[in-house]
Formats: sequence, C-alpha cells, structure tokens
Amino acid sequence: MNNLNFISPEIFISLSIMFLLILGVFRKNGSSLIHNLSIGFLLITVILILNNPFDTAVTLFGNSYVIDNLSSLMKILTLLGGAFVLSISTKYLKISKIFLIEYPILILCSILGMMVMISSNDLMVFYIGLELQSLALYVLASFNRDQLKSSESGLKYFVLSALSSGLLLYGCSLIYGFSGSTNFNIIGNSMDSTHYGLTFGIVFILVGLAFKISAVPFHMWAPDVYEGSPTSVTLFFAIVPKVAALTVFIRFMYVPFFNMIDQWQPIIIFLSIASMIFGAVAAIGQGNLKRLVAYSSIGHIGYALAGLSVGTNEGIQSSIVYISIYMVMNLGLFSCLFMMKRNDQYFETIDDLSGLSKNHPVLSLSLLVILFSLAGIPPLAGFFAKFYVFKSVIEQSMYFLAIVGLLSTVIAAFYYLRIIKVIYFDEEKEKYDTDHSVWLKISLTFSTLLILLYFIFPSKLVEIVSRINLI
Amino acid sequence: MIDVGLGHYLTLGAIIFTIGIVGIFLNRKNIIVILMSIELILLSVNINLVAFSIFLNDLTGQIFTLFILTVAAAEAAIGLAIIVVYYRNSSTIRVEEINSLKG
Repeated sequence: MNNLNFISPEIFISLSIMFLLILGVFRKNGSSLIHNLSIGFLLITVILILNNPFDTAVTLFGNSYVIDNLSSLMKILTLLGGAFVLSISTKYLKISKIFLIEYPILILCSILGMMVMISSNDLMVFYIGLELQSLALYVLASFNRDQLKSSESGLKYFVLSALSSGLLLYGCSLIYGFSGSTNFNIIGNSMDSTHYGLTFGIVFILVGLAFKISAVPFHMWAPDVYEGSPTSVTLFFAIVPKVAALTVFIRFMYVPFFNMIDQWQPIIIFLSIASMIFGAVAAIGQGNLKRLVAYSSIGHIGYALAGLSVGTNEGIQSSIVYISIYMVMNLGLFSCLFMMKRNDQYFETIDDLSGLSKNHPVLSLSLLVILFSLAGIPPLAGFFAKFYVFKSVIEQSMYFLAIVGLLSTVIAAFYYLRIIKVIYFDEEKEKYDTDHSVWLKISLTFSTLLILLYFIFPSKLVEIVSRINLI
Repeated sequence: MIDVGLGHYLTLGAIIFTIGIVGIFLNRKNIIVILMSIELILLSVNINLVAFSIFLNDLTGQIFTLFILTVAAAEAAIGLAIIVVYYRNSSTIRVEEINSLKG
C-alpha cells in the first residue's frame, strides 16, 4: 500500500480524466467549467508530486517504474507547461470555435502518457506511456477538424509518428531479444558492444526518439505540423512533449545504454550538429511565425542534445536547464502570438509584426527580451542556458561540437534580430486588440521577468537540477 | 526437413519490417496503404518478440506482443478517423495531393 503513495499523481490525474469526461457528457455547455477544473487538477498533481520524498530513488512494480529527482522535476515541468498552455489558450479556442470539452481532456491524457514515459524503467511501460501520449497528440493536431490545414497536419503527424513508433518498437524487440529482459537496469548490465543485435537495437531506438524530439534528419514533420495545428496546440507541441521526450532520451542513454557510450555518442553528436545548423539556416527564409518557431525549436533541441552527448552528469544537468529555460522562452513567445489579434482574427506572419513598437510598446519590449534571449544574448536566460551546455561540452574537450554550436548561434541570431528590426523599424500597421485575458498577461509578464531577471539568481535552478545524478 | 530456428523468424520479421518501411516511402497513391504499412511494421515487431520469447524461455515478450496488438488497434482507429476528417475537407486521399502545407 505504501507504494501507491508514490504514484498518487498518476492515479489522481487518470481519475480526474474519467471524472471530467463524465462531467462533460452530463453537463451541457460545460466547456469552461471543465477547462478550469483541468487546470486545477494539473496544479493539484504538481502538489502531489512535491508531496513525495525527493532525494531517494524509489522503484515500483517489480523495478519497472522509477520515481527519482529526474522524473519528479520533469513531471513538474510538463504539468506546469500543460497548465500554462490551457490557461492562456482559452480565448484563442473560443474565437476559433474549438472550445470543446475534449480539448483539456486530451491534453490531460497526453500529459498522463508523458508522466508514465518519464518515470518508466521498462521497455513495456515506456511504450505504453509513449503511445498514450502520441494518440492524444494525433487528435490534438487535427483538432480544428473543419479546417484543411489542421486535418492535414494531424494526418502528417500521425503517419510519421506511427512510423517512428514502429522503428522504436523494432529496436525494443532487438534489445529485448539480445539482452533477455525489458528492464532498463538488467539491459544495462548485459550491454556488450560486441553484440551487433544490441547495436542495431540502439540505432533503431535512437532514430525513433530523434523523431519524437524532431532532431535533424528526422525533423520533416515539425514545420508542417506546427504551422497547420491550432496555435494553442502548436504551443503545446513546442514545449511539453519536448520535455518528456528529452527525459526519455536521457534515461535511455544513461541507464540501459551507458556501457555502449562509444557507440551512441557519435550518433548524438551528429544529430546535435545537424539540428543546430539546420535549425539556424532553414529558419532564415520563413515568413510564418509558427513555422519559424518549428525551425528554431529544431535548433534548440540541437543544443539540448549537445549537452546530452557528453556523457557526464554535468552534461545531463546542462541540457535539463536548457530545456527548462527554452520552455519559458517559448511560453513568452506564444503569449505574444496570442496577443496579435484584430477583430477576432489571429495573425501569424512576420509582416504582421511590422511597426508593432509604435502601437504596443510594452508588448514589443517583452518580445524584444524574449527574442534576444532565444538568440542567446547576455545577460538574459537564454545566454546562460547555452553557456552551461557549452561549458560541459568544453570540459570534455569536445571542441568541434562547441565551435559548431557557437557558429550556428551566430547564424540563428540573424533571424531573431530580423524580427526585432521588423518590430522596431518597419512601417506601422493597424492597432491590435488589447482586451487580453488576465492569464495571458500574467504568463507574458512571468516569462519575460523570469528571462530578464534570471542572472540575479542563476544558482537556484542549477541547484535544483544538480541533484539529478544518473551515473 | 530444415530446422526452423531463431534466425529464420528474425529474417521473416526483418523482411516484413522492410516491406512496411518501403511501403510508406514508395507509396504515391493512397493513404490507406500507408496505414497498412504501419500495421505491417508492428506485426513484424510482434513476430520478433514472440520468436525471442520462445527462444529465451521468457514470457515477457509475449505480454509485450499483446500490448502492441491493443495499441495497434487504437492507432488504426485514430488513423482512420483522421483520414475521414481529412477526406471531408479536401475530398481526396491521394498522397501526392496532400501538399497544402509547405515552405
């Protein structure tokens, strides 16, 4: 019975999904009630996670489920990300006429899947979590079902994600066959680099995971899906599944596959370099902001992978710090996107931003801070995120990776600065509406202040993250 | 009679897996074919897992297979639903005509 306390967050969230479904069926016009309730449930789940003892790693269900610092921290990040996404997208959903009860419930389902995925210590548990997450995400991507673009993005995401799940499963079957178990720890002990079957398995699993975090060369779904889905879903895609998938990536590389570091390190370095360069170069010609965010997220995943590739605890910690700061920055950027609304119509191209500073000085100032931070300009949070990653990379004397990373930062700065130029120096357009919801304002203020003031207390986040030691 | 060993099962699995992957990438006609290819990939994984499970004398592989079958059914249901939604908007499911998103 004692064990059930440790998975109380998962139990609570699955019970609340069923409760909300039933409530939604029996109450007419209960969308906004269910919306608010699901935000509340997400926050309660955060409290339940905080309620569990931290510093000791607990394994449950025959060592197939693990609660440790890494899983607790990442679960809190996904839950908070989900709560913010739900709270700032209410107005967007109402205007796009997709303010339905299914929307928050699907988000809760995918978050439950992510939580299972983050905590999994067994291939089977991992697969179930992954599929619960992806099945909900397929539906979310095509949520605006009367629109060609949204349904097409759902279709594309479904095909490519199912393909990647297939590759991943094939890898899982090989790993199971050649190591004799699905448990991560046992697999880790029986890893042996002379076995070709295991190496093949690792490659397949890496390909599948790279699809999920959209690292180059498995990124082709990201721009289309980001552009086509409703903006609130794009925001969800850009921050929450990334955190979960990166955690799984870390756990796979450092628990079962750690003895094979010589085999996987070159692959991850390649993924990282390719993502950083591609993310920087391909975003230059983009006019649509959602598409641009897709390319920039590919680039940012490249930096997180660079931290992951070094094979030390510092490396893991730096990539976790990176992904947390990236989450905050994207939250701010999308809050700005949600504010670009005129007469119940949302705008999403860079041209629509032109001359924003004349009509909306505060909004453009926070956009300026967020974009500078995304470009990695000191003393904003984005600079520190990149700094930690490069520090851990250079400590392991992987200079080539660090140099390529710095160069692609410079290239990427170009398109962020171009947006700033459009905002401040181009001709002004009509004013946007200013009747934003309180939550939208709060989240924009919160993320901007966090980015701006991060340098005053950088040790707080580092201190929390430094408790994560996998090796 | 030749003895059917683990290698034969793995080869069969690998062949079906390859057919599935090739089916997704070479198919220019119909999305339903892609759905079938995905199904083939999952089946090849099942063959692999069951073969391993028999030869390792370990039940885990067969339990895993049952999970995969269930999830594959759910995935096919959602995939077909998305295809129906797409068909209603564009009145085609030809793969080469799915191109309203690009840049």
